[in-house]
Amino acid sequence: MHWSAIIEDTLRAGVGREAIIYALAAIGLNVHFGYTGLLNFGQVGFMAIGGYGVAISVLEFDLPLFVGVLVGIGCAVLLALVLGLPTLRLRADYLAIVTIAASEIFRLMISAPSWRDFTGGSDGLTGFSSGFYDVNPIPDGVYGFGPWRYNERTLWALLVGWTLVLLATLLVWLVIRSPWGRVVKAIREDEDAVRSLGKNVYGYKMQSLILGGCIGAVGGMFWVIAQASIVPGNFSPIPTFYAYAALILGGMARIWGPVVGSMIFWALLSFTQGVVNQAVNEGIIPSWLMDANQAGNVRFILVGVGLMLLLIFRPQGIFGDRREIALQDR
Amino acid sequence: MTAQRGGFAKVHLDPFDGVEEQPGVAKPDAILVSDSITRRFGGLTAVSVDHCEVQRGAITALIGPNGAGKTTFFNLLTGFDKPDTGMWTFEGTPLRGLTSYRVARLGMVRTFQLTKSLARLSVMDNMKLGATGQTGEGFFRALFKPGWREQEEEITVRADGLLERFNLAHMREEYAGELSGGQRKLLEMARALMAQPQLLMLDEPMAGVNPALAQTIIGHVQQLREDGLTVVFVEHDMDVVRTISDWVVVMSEGEIIAEGRHSSIVANPRVIDAYLGAHHGTPLDREEQDRQLAEAQAELEEGAS
Repeated sequence: MHWSAIIEDTLRAGVGREAIIYALAAIGLNVHFGYTGLLNFGQVGFMAIGGYGVAISVLEFDLPLFVGVLVGIGCAVLLALVLGLPTLRLRADYLAIVTIAASEIFRLMISAPSWRDFTGGSDGLTGFSSGFYDVNPIPDGVYGFGPWRYNERTLWALLVGWTLVLLATLLVWLVIRSPWGRVVKAIREDEDAVRSLGKNVYGYKMQSLILGGCIGAVGGMFWVIAQASIVPGNFSPIPTFYAYAALILGGMARIWGPVVGSMIFWALLSFTQGVVNQAVNEGIIPSWLMDANQAGNVRFILVGVGLMLLLIFRPQGIFGDRREIALQDR
Repeated sequence: MTAQRGGFAKVHLDPFDGVEEQPGVAKPDAILVSDSITRRFGGLTAVSVDHCEVQRGAITALIGPNGAGKTTFFNLLTGFDKPDTGMWTFEGTPLRGLTSYRVARLGMVRTFQLTKSLARLSVMDNMKLGATGQTGEGFFRALFKPGWREQEEEITVRADGLLERFNLAHMREEYAGELSGGQRKLLEMARALMAQPQLLMLDEPMAGVNPALAQTIIGHVQQLREDGLTVVFVEHDMDVVRTISDWVVVMSEGEIIAEGRHSSIVANPRVIDAYLGAHHGTPLDREEQDRQLAEAQAELEEGAS
């Protein structure tokens, strides 16, 4: 086994592009579910609408990239309003159903051949990222140390990405420590109690849905801009649940929970893949049990088992407070 | 005319002097007036209240057998449910169509039968949440702490005062979920007071509370009247009702069947019918309970001999 290669891959994955994308998605979910108690199962819908918002603005309307980003955020706000207006007065599970359905509807619409000229259909779109890489101030070359060595292009994307993560975290910290944060946390505990004290619960839930959705959309925009392409296949329901996994791993309703959770989630996936792949290649795992193609999926099984163990032995996640979990059940 | 305190002793000038003890009677100074409120659930008429007035500065008890519609009437008045018909005003402001949070902002704040402490918030945060008109509760203003720091400090001082008064100061930093059932009742009442209501609506404030703590709560409610608040509360225990209520409103099967002072209510045949008819054997008060016990005992002894 080449342990050094596995460890290096693991360390890179912990700060890689996926870690950034899912950190942003999970920060949004933390606002929704961790702080406000809104069960959003369609975070990927916000990521998709942000991504397509920026891609279509740049390609079809020849807008500069930063205007495209604003359009993407505007689309996310609109999506939050459309989802929230009918459902936020209802019980929590209605929002869950509507969000997952809406994200699927959006994905199927965007991959439909009817609007192929506009959306690229199932092939997606490319060529909208030049505005991002053109302004890269880093000269050509290879930078970094140890396992973290990147060319100027990757380094630029990672620097911008982690800056976005820090900004989103700062924004969430600022609002959650304020009286606004106190109200949304109270809504998570009991809406009627909050209403009885004169707070417009519906308005706060809408604001929370918009805030978390916009952060998710920023994650989606970073995703497609950094990879310089967008395809509908990216936006299946799976990313939402990866983001939930990252959030639960890190600890809900904790400022750093989603960020650290996402880093560990992707590091774990890389680690298990490395170990299983090499074990198969070197015959440590016999080929009648598992072949190289199956190894790629086994990592998800292993990470899933790991998550289950976490929920059993440390249900509060890495940063969580065990007392809070105990109180939840009362 | 409001309830006033004498200079030397606690002598209430009774605001109910000369008020006829009739269902729907007009009060000298009503803070809450409701007209022909009905609420139906399918074929069942849960509430059908013709006219009801609540006297300012007094403690009004709303009693009635289980299923009489007391809590539903509470929900309707406070905007937590919508009536099929009816009009009602609070301090002259019509409330029909107002959502619950707007009703609360006008100064009519309620508590719940099943205590709603916000478990994963600290006791202090529960209290601070109660304060109305907070600058920092707006999303964009929340981002800028200097804009709300001073107000937050004022609120904290006020919350500390109330926690002291309700014997919760030592639990200040604990999660509300770690309080005992009785302490949660106290917290809910204290939190409602943070909203500085003129009218406090308590839904069974003594339910599930041990007798010693019930006495404490009774003391707090009486203190609120001394402070000039109007209190309406739903209660089952007739002893409690006798101890603290200035006026009693009796509901049965959705209607108000009697109003008056406690002494006349317990003698009212309609009230006895409502209680004994619907729930045979439910004691109205201590005397009644003793009498029923004595009767039952006599019967048993007869059977044994």
